[in-house]
Amino acid sequence: MILAPALTVLLLALVLAPLLAVGWRGAGLSLGPADWVAVRFSLTQALLSAIFSTLLAIPVARALARRRFPGRGLLITLMGAPFLLPAVVAVLGLLAVFGRSGVLNQGLIALGLPPISIYGLQGVVLAHVFLNLPLATRMILQGWLTIPAERIRLAQSLGFGSAQTFRHLEWPMLREVLPGIFLIILVICLTSFAVVLTLGGGPSATTIELAIYQAVRFEFDLARAAGLAGVQVALCALAALVAWALVRPAGFGAGLDRALALDRPGGWRRVLDGLVLCLATAFLLAPLGAVVLRGLPGLADLPPSVLPAAGRSILVALVSAALATTAALTLALASAQPRAPLVEAAATLPLATSGLVLGTGLFLLIQPFAPPMTLALQVTILVNMALSLPYLYRILLPETRALAADYGRLADSLGLTGWARLRWLVLPRLARPLGFGAGIAAALSMGDLGVIALFAGERQATLPLVVSQLTGAYRLEAAASASLLLVVLSFALFWACDAGGRRAGT
Amino acid sequence: MPGGDVLELDHLMLEQGGFRLSGHWTANPGERIAVMGPSGSGKSTLLSAIAGFLALQFGAIRWEGRDMDSMAPGQRPVTILFQDQNLFPHLTVAQNLGLGMRSDLRLSPDQRAQVERALERVGLGGLGTRRPAQLSGGQASRAALARALLRARPILLLDEPFAALGPALRQEMLELVGEVAASTGALVILVTHDPDDALSFAERTAFIAEGVVQPPVPTARLMANPPPAVQDYLGRK
Repeated sequence: MILAPALTVLLLALVLAPLLAVGWRGAGLSLGPADWVAVRFSLTQALLSAIFSTLLAIPVARALARRRFPGRGLLITLMGAPFLLPAVVAVLGLLAVFGRSGVLNQGLIALGLPPISIYGLQGVVLAHVFLNLPLATRMILQGWLTIPAERIRLAQSLGFGSAQTFRHLEWPMLREVLPGIFLIILVICLTSFAVVLTLGGGPSATTIELAIYQAVRFEFDLARAAGLAGVQVALCALAALVAWALVRPAGFGAGLDRALALDRPGGWRRVLDGLVLCLATAFLLAPLGAVVLRGLPGLADLPPSVLPAAGRSILVALVSAALATTAALTLALASAQPRAPLVEAAATLPLATSGLVLGTGLFLLIQPFAPPMTLALQVTILVNMALSLPYLYRILLPETRALAADYGRLADSLGLTGWARLRWLVLPRLARPLGFGAGIAAALSMGDLGVIALFAGERQATLPLVVSQLTGAYRLEAAASASLLLVVLSFALFWACDAGGRRAGT
Repeated sequence: MPGGDVLELDHLMLEQGGFRLSGHWTANPGERIAVMGPSGSGKSTLLSAIAGFLALQFGAIRWEGRDMDSMAPGQRPVTILFQDQNLFPHLTVAQNLGLGMRSDLRLSPDQRAQVERALERVGLGGLGTRRPAQLSGGQASRAALARALLRARPILLLDEPFAALGPALRQEMLELVGEVAASTGALVILVTHDPDDALSFAERTAFIAEGVVQPPVPTARLMANPPPAVQDYLGRK
């Protein structure tokens, strides 16, 4: 098959060319003191976000692992949702709860206490914990459920108490999974843009990603943007490489249940588990509920910019999801058997970048030939495709490997090749993971605010950008209505792809 | 004439994960040959090489004088039945059979009729619309044999496909293999553990020991007067 090598080269070029452009333009540039403040803030907020998300997830995951209660499955499903929740919506919800006129501050004022501010470091970390705590919880829960049943049985037969169970069963598991989870969240927070755009800002709360945006958008200082992008790539590549090596696939779709349950200590531990679960649920649901409450009344009377933006977002999401799924499938088939290091590199490399880094590079590449604004949507599609590729590849690779192991020889011996193999073997067997992966890619692309902020003018704005602009202009009701639409569309896209895959797969 | 109408293993040398296997012998069309040997001795490796899943270190495998080295597995004059996974679970039985005739499954009415006849031949008439999961183990083996019948390739390789079946059913299947092979004139190479299977099914048996596939000898003679390695394998004194 000629397709896979050609695609590998194309994808490598898509990521490497912008990086080279950034390197070319940014080389020899010395960053100013403000830039180093941004680097420090980036690292600080990412470290704090990763620490809090990971540590707070431990008791939640533990309570979910050892308790059985009505709605447990629903809660676990809910934990999967923030991964697909557009960050602009999360920010808006948090503003409604923790913001200046939010529920929390009104309560504090009523009690005669000073209000707290959601802007700056604490707000950025809060939003990142909100977005990543569920991801960490699910991954740690996965770890809990991989403790072999035999060992749990052994511990129970030896009469282990809670402390001993923790020391001999749970702590070794945590020590194995926590570093990877921590690093993944660190990378996500290093490259986070939408959260910092709204809750950060100012000289003391600017991340590299935000500084790149400001350099391109407001100062039009492309050299400085390139220099910052170089630093960003170095940081991300380092963290992503370590994370990639340490982390096993998160198994989003795997069943999180099994027959043999862990011990369920009663007494105060039971109360504590209940409290932890209630707090976590409230923390996750309150901001979403606030968006719904605020947004519903205005749905009938959306600002005129919203609907066209929604149309553009759907288009971008569908095209980039189709491209990413096709590319990921081609690469995953190519490296199923035997391993193909170059293909693996092409599928993984985007992790070392970020939306704004790729955006800056593409901006530099396009600028000599055309006004970048005219290509805003095309660039967004390409960048979203590249950024979701590593996730999709990771989802599909075990499936293509299993397919090759189970049916590769039979298909070969029947001369099942090319289109016929795709039609009669690959697509029917992999319909489920393909639908699931396409759903993830579509939802991520739908909700992403990154590169589009760099390129778009009025007439190219996507829905997340409109939400972010409305939020920035303190038109919170209208922002909430647009957010509601965005959330519904994101999850509808995910659901449609996923359900389509399930149906085709049966 | 060298080559001629035979399967020829010419100074064959295989290597898989540090394990080596060699052999040098020929087999005739329509013949039935059993391959026996201790587990891990390379019985499946030999079949993999003939079917085209394993590159040769040295030597050649020829059919009618033609080197098969450059042929992809699907192009070889070979049908292989594996230990399991002989049917695609997401396709119907009829589709599984149809793949043996046209990989894009665009079958002519005539070909559809052939599929139905093949199913009847192996006792699965009317079951073409079922999925493999709805078949018993014996029925699944029959379906795979029906596909072999349709493909009518001159070499039929059996890699213990009936190992999971009981003795009576296995005997029945071997008889069916015999019928299928007789009607297509195929050379059958059967990997088996069971000396009785070899005796009842194969005129000649090739024994594998210490990395060498011995040239096949008449099965009855091998069993009546086994050399030491075969004695060890059979557990006889």
